[in-house]
Amino acid sequence: MNKPVSPDELITDEDGPLYAPRKKVYPQSVSGRFRSIKWRLMAVCLGVYYLLPFVRWHRGLGAPDQAVLIDFPNRRFYFFFIELWPQEVYYFTGLLVLAAFALFLMNALGGRIWCGYLCPQTVWTDLFYAVERLVEGDRRAQMKADAGPMTVKRAGRRALKHAIWLMIAWWTGGAWVLYFADAPTLVRDLATLQAPVIAYVWIAMLTASTYLLAGYMREQVCVYMCPWPRIQAALTDEWALNVTYKYDRGEPRCSVKKAFDIRSLGEKAGDCIDCNQCVAVCPTGIDIRDGAQLGCIQCGLCIDACDAVMTKVGRKTGLIGYDNDINVQRRVAGKQEIFKPVRARTVVYASLITVVCAVMLYALMSRTLLDVNVLHDRNPIAVSLSDGAIRNGYTLRFLNKRGFDRVIAIDVDGPAGAKLHVIGADSVTPDRPMIVLGRDTTTELRVLVTAAFDEKAEKSVPVTFRVTDIGLGEVASATDHFVLP
Amino acid sequence: MSEHNEIDRVSGRSTTGHEWDGIKELNTPLPRWWVLTFYATIIWAIGYWIVYPAWPLVSGYTTGLFQYSTRASVATDLADLEKLRGEKMAVLGNASLADIEKDPALLALARARGKTVFADNCAPCHGSGGAGAKGYPNLNDDDWLWGGSLDQIMQTIQFGARSGHAKTHEGQMLAFGRDGVLKKDEIVTVANYVRSLSGLSTAPKFDLAAGKKIFTENCTSCHGDNAKGNPELGAPNLTDQIWLYGSDEETLVETITNGRAGVMPAWVGRLDPVTVKALAVYVHSLGGGK
Repeated sequence: MNKPVSPDELITDEDGPLYAPRKKVYPQSVSGRFRSIKWRLMAVCLGVYYLLPFVRWHRGLGAPDQAVLIDFPNRRFYFFFIELWPQEVYYFTGLLVLAAFALFLMNALGGRIWCGYLCPQTVWTDLFYAVERLVEGDRRAQMKADAGPMTVKRAGRRALKHAIWLMIAWWTGGAWVLYFADAPTLVRDLATLQAPVIAYVWIAMLTASTYLLAGYMREQVCVYMCPWPRIQAALTDEWALNVTYKYDRGEPRCSVKKAFDIRSLGEKAGDCIDCNQCVAVCPTGIDIRDGAQLGCIQCGLCIDACDAVMTKVGRKTGLIGYDNDINVQRRVAGKQEIFKPVRARTVVYASLITVVCAVMLYALMSRTLLDVNVLHDRNPIAVSLSDGAIRNGYTLRFLNKRGFDRVIAIDVDGPAGAKLHVIGADSVTPDRPMIVLGRDTTTELRVLVTAAFDEKAEKSVPVTFRVTDIGLGEVASATDHFVLP
Repeated sequence: MSEHNEIDRVSGRSTTGHEWDGIKELNTPLPRWWVLTFYATIIWAIGYWIVYPAWPLVSGYTTGLFQYSTRASVATDLADLEKLRGEKMAVLGNASLADIEKDPALLALARARGKTVFADNCAPCHGSGGAGAKGYPNLNDDDWLWGGSLDQIMQTIQFGARSGHAKTHEGQMLAFGRDGVLKKDEIVTVANYVRSLSGLSTAPKFDLAAGKKIFTENCTSCHGDNAKGNPELGAPNLTDQIWLYGSDEETLVETITNGRAGVMPAWVGRLDPVTVKALAVYVHSLGGGK
């Protein structure tokens, strides 16, 4: 993008293989502003992931007290004060929409913030790289060892590295299953080998995927497997801030001494001393000076590396930094830099996020905790009785989403003089049957509605079942039809 | 193959020696992993023959090392199912019919079991929803030939009607016409009289008194003085709105002339007692039960 490429370089008459072996990346350790941000975010992300299952949330007797729990056997999802039933899974759609817009907004503001700091692939790979450097030494030591022969010491270190990796991977899988069962109980069962087989299977699968993705696949996941870099490239605009090598300031590259000579002649010398530190620290092994590219996850580590070097040679930091091409061009033209975090795109994303949040919040606040569904008998749809009256059968399904039993009364509005009978319920109030609904469950009942036959009546009239919680006064209703034979 | 190892100048690979109109075919051997996988599948197949049933013989087949059989595994699964069901069904077996209907959990269990069994055994005649058909009673209504209480329904399911079982319901509509008891015009008259009992229209020149006389002399012994039927004999109520075979004059004449004797099989030996119980509760809960 920045360097002019001569046409000769573009012509390749080699019919070489389409496959290129991976070049192993040895990112050098680095310290600085973005590195410390990354360390902190890693601690937060992993901390939340590993510890969240142990957070307790009291919900009353008989209900699980785990703050975040996906309870498959009982078909419930618990998230702190929220309890969702399977039919309310559309909340997750809202959550996914929200996640997408949040990603777009992040991208419009600061490029691949997700990729560089928050993506699990980045977080775990970063952790694995740290372990690798701790055990096998920094970039140079590793490269030297890999080029040399295998020694006992080296083999021992390598074994240690894999052991630590596997342990982290195992913890990752172990934490995953804790979201699906009571965490303390499951930890005890796992330790005493009494947990269900499926728990061990999932731990094994996630151990394997973590180990392979963070230990071996690494940047290849971002470059070859992940769709986001492709989408991100299409979504970005010229105002979005990206990790950028400010080539207006850096080019032409030359050593400190040479730059001094050139500058003393009054000609332009770039600030880049071509030390390659930005390349050495890059976890995806790219050269940021080639411009924005798919392989760049924008983790900001090259900024730290470059700033350290610039400080050392006594030049202004920020040769690599969050910037965009507009500002590069403006500086070249001698104009002031401008940044536009508030622009149509970000405003639209932010408003969409607000709207989706508001809709979800409203849906959550107004969700019913008492509900009734009705299903008309299909066969026979209507029954003539011996006295000529007409009867229709229905299946009513009641949902009590509260954590306690409650008594409800059922009323029916429909054909004139309609009478309601609940099968199996010897109610003390025959005209207005009362039923006990168990806590946090559904109850299915068969009810019969009988009405006198009226030749002039419509073939089909609406019938409404109204359900009233005797204690709380909550109401719900469901409508179907009363039909004549 | 030495004559085939001509090297292609462009790709640098050897050719197979085949040539068509100057176009030569490059030698592209199968990848080694593919060949090895292919051999592995052959070895796998041989192992499979030894372990699993594989080859047909003259009378039978090779059974394999483990004597594996899908039929046997189905039998095992069915046995497991029966065992699982047995525990739940034992509860049904110990409860009385009335208690089952009062307990929501037992009612749901009995209805679920009854519905399945009904679909398998009863639906061919009574229809999948128990709505019946001409000659096959509707089980949803409140008109019962042999009584609609839980016990009566269970009795009918167990022993059937005119099924030949020793305890079955007996009694049938006689063939008054065919047997020469009533003449054609008398049958038409009494048919019109029966229609009048439930308020249906009658023929213009119909003689009510004559009809009543014929009815009293021939029909009341089974259908009762008030024509309300007798569940002991399976004699239907003739004053209500429900007609098993139809209420038009032609059908009634046919009924009186040739009689009726629909058969319901006995299920006592075919379904186990708990299943019959569940079935009785299910039929009762369809809505017509008394």
